[in-house]
Amino acid sequence: MPDKNLRNRVAVIGVGSTTFGRLPDLDPYDLGAWALREALEDCGLSAVDIDGVIVNRIPDYQRFCEAFGLNPRFTLITPGQGRMSGASIQVAAMAIACGMANTIALVYGNNGRSAGDKYGGDTDRYGSGGAGQFFPYGMTSPGAVHSMMFARHMHQYGTTSKQLAAVPVAFRKHAALNPAAVMRELITVDQHQASKFVAAPLHIYDYCLINDGGVALILTAAERARDRKKPPVYIRGFAQATKLRDSAFPPEDYWFGAMQSAAKDVYQMAGVQREELDALMIYDNFSPTVLFSLEGFGFCRQGESGDWIQGGRLELGGEFPSNTCGGHLSESYMQGWGLNAEAVRQLRGECGARQVKDARLIQYMCAAPLITSIIYGRDAA
Amino acid sequence: MSDYLKPLPRIDARNRAHWDGAREGRLMIQACSDCGALRYPFSTLCPHCHGTNSQWKQASGKGSVWSWCAFHRAYFKGFESELPYNVVLVELDEGLKIYSNIVGVADKDIRVGMRVRAVFEKATEEVTLVKFEEDKQ
Repeated sequence: MPDKNLRNRVAVIGVGSTTFGRLPDLDPYDLGAWALREALEDCGLSAVDIDGVIVNRIPDYQRFCEAFGLNPRFTLITPGQGRMSGASIQVAAMAIACGMANTIALVYGNNGRSAGDKYGGDTDRYGSGGAGQFFPYGMTSPGAVHSMMFARHMHQYGTTSKQLAAVPVAFRKHAALNPAAVMRELITVDQHQASKFVAAPLHIYDYCLINDGGVALILTAAERARDRKKPPVYIRGFAQATKLRDSAFPPEDYWFGAMQSAAKDVYQMAGVQREELDALMIYDNFSPTVLFSLEGFGFCRQGESGDWIQGGRLELGGEFPSNTCGGHLSESYMQGWGLNAEAVRQLRGECGARQVKDARLIQYMCAAPLITSIIYGRDAA
Repeated sequence: MSDYLKPLPRIDARNRAHWDGAREGRLMIQACSDCGALRYPFSTLCPHCHGTNSQWKQASGKGSVWSWCAFHRAYFKGFESELPYNVVLVELDEGLKIYSNIVGVADKDIRVGMRVRAVFEKATEEVTLVKFEEDKQ
């Protein structure tokens, strides 16, 4: 199990993000560079201070580093899948902890909206690489996979679409308080129920927003993170698990087993219990993923998430304010990067109208065939 | 020139036996010759014992709906005229899961656990698809 000595060894000192929306004149390199310039400005560093780079979703790390004028001594490119944002941050933390680099920039740039990405159809790669085999039957898209998972959850546990609506409704309320969010008009449960289906039983409001944008984070060792422009946000714990066997098909257990393993590890490294968390950042490619995550990470029992999220539990002011920026459902689909950035901003107290009062501990979690979780903290110890 | 507009499978050495069988009205699935485990997607390696010897078995064609969804948006041109259309994930009685479509059942009537049996639907001269109908027994 992960080394507890890694707790608070690494901190996030810089966060940068572009506008999110339709940015047709910018390619992923432009978007990544914009976000990185913002992140450098955010922490008062310049390119010469960066000696490690992890590039995600941007197609070519060599081209990116060449364009930005970087010769890192630690470099990595990770696949453009949402599950990889958490994994990338974890690798950066590990690299810093063992001295491979002092200060690592993680850079994400995504021009999916302008490029016409649909996350389904001929270019669909979701699944274990076997996706193309099912195209003859019209089966495609992660949306359809999650829709099937939700349909089974409905059958198995009696969860309803109406219950599920609490997720997009909550995150839209949060987005309304976030100037950077793309969708800010409030929605009601009734509107959710009346809205178009994409792959039934999931409605359009259950799907994340495809947009253009970039996000960058700058990490460094804890001892180099103090006395900077802004308070550091420490990485207290992180963990991974997978359910890759038979992953051409949705998991029987909604990834519960894998999440339980990651949960044990992340809470142990962080030295934190769920009750102490001030906010959650839950990977919301689709609303039911939020339900599966809450069950898998032990916030409620299996099958009870539909009930558990009622009454504003995930809303600001509720027991576990979640996705306070609006998340993928309402801010923008930045494949987990926006959620990690929001965790940092909340812990710095920068979130204005959507600020969680006295936030000290925030957990990011992503439920997918590769599970990741990171717990961030405001305090050095 | 075919007027079949939907995606067709890419037939290769690994899956040819399945598609040959489908043309003849037989649901052929892959089994490891070393340990007996069934596998899908069709592949060279057995994920259980790592053996590379396999054979093709004829499945009964019977199974249950593990789950389903209904596409209201077409990601492929050929499906546009059929919106909404269903996709089911069938768990065959042999234990293997496969994606397909259910025929003769309205989307709103598809149920998890519904018993189904394979039917064979010709798409082109080379390709017959394995679909399912309700097995009312």
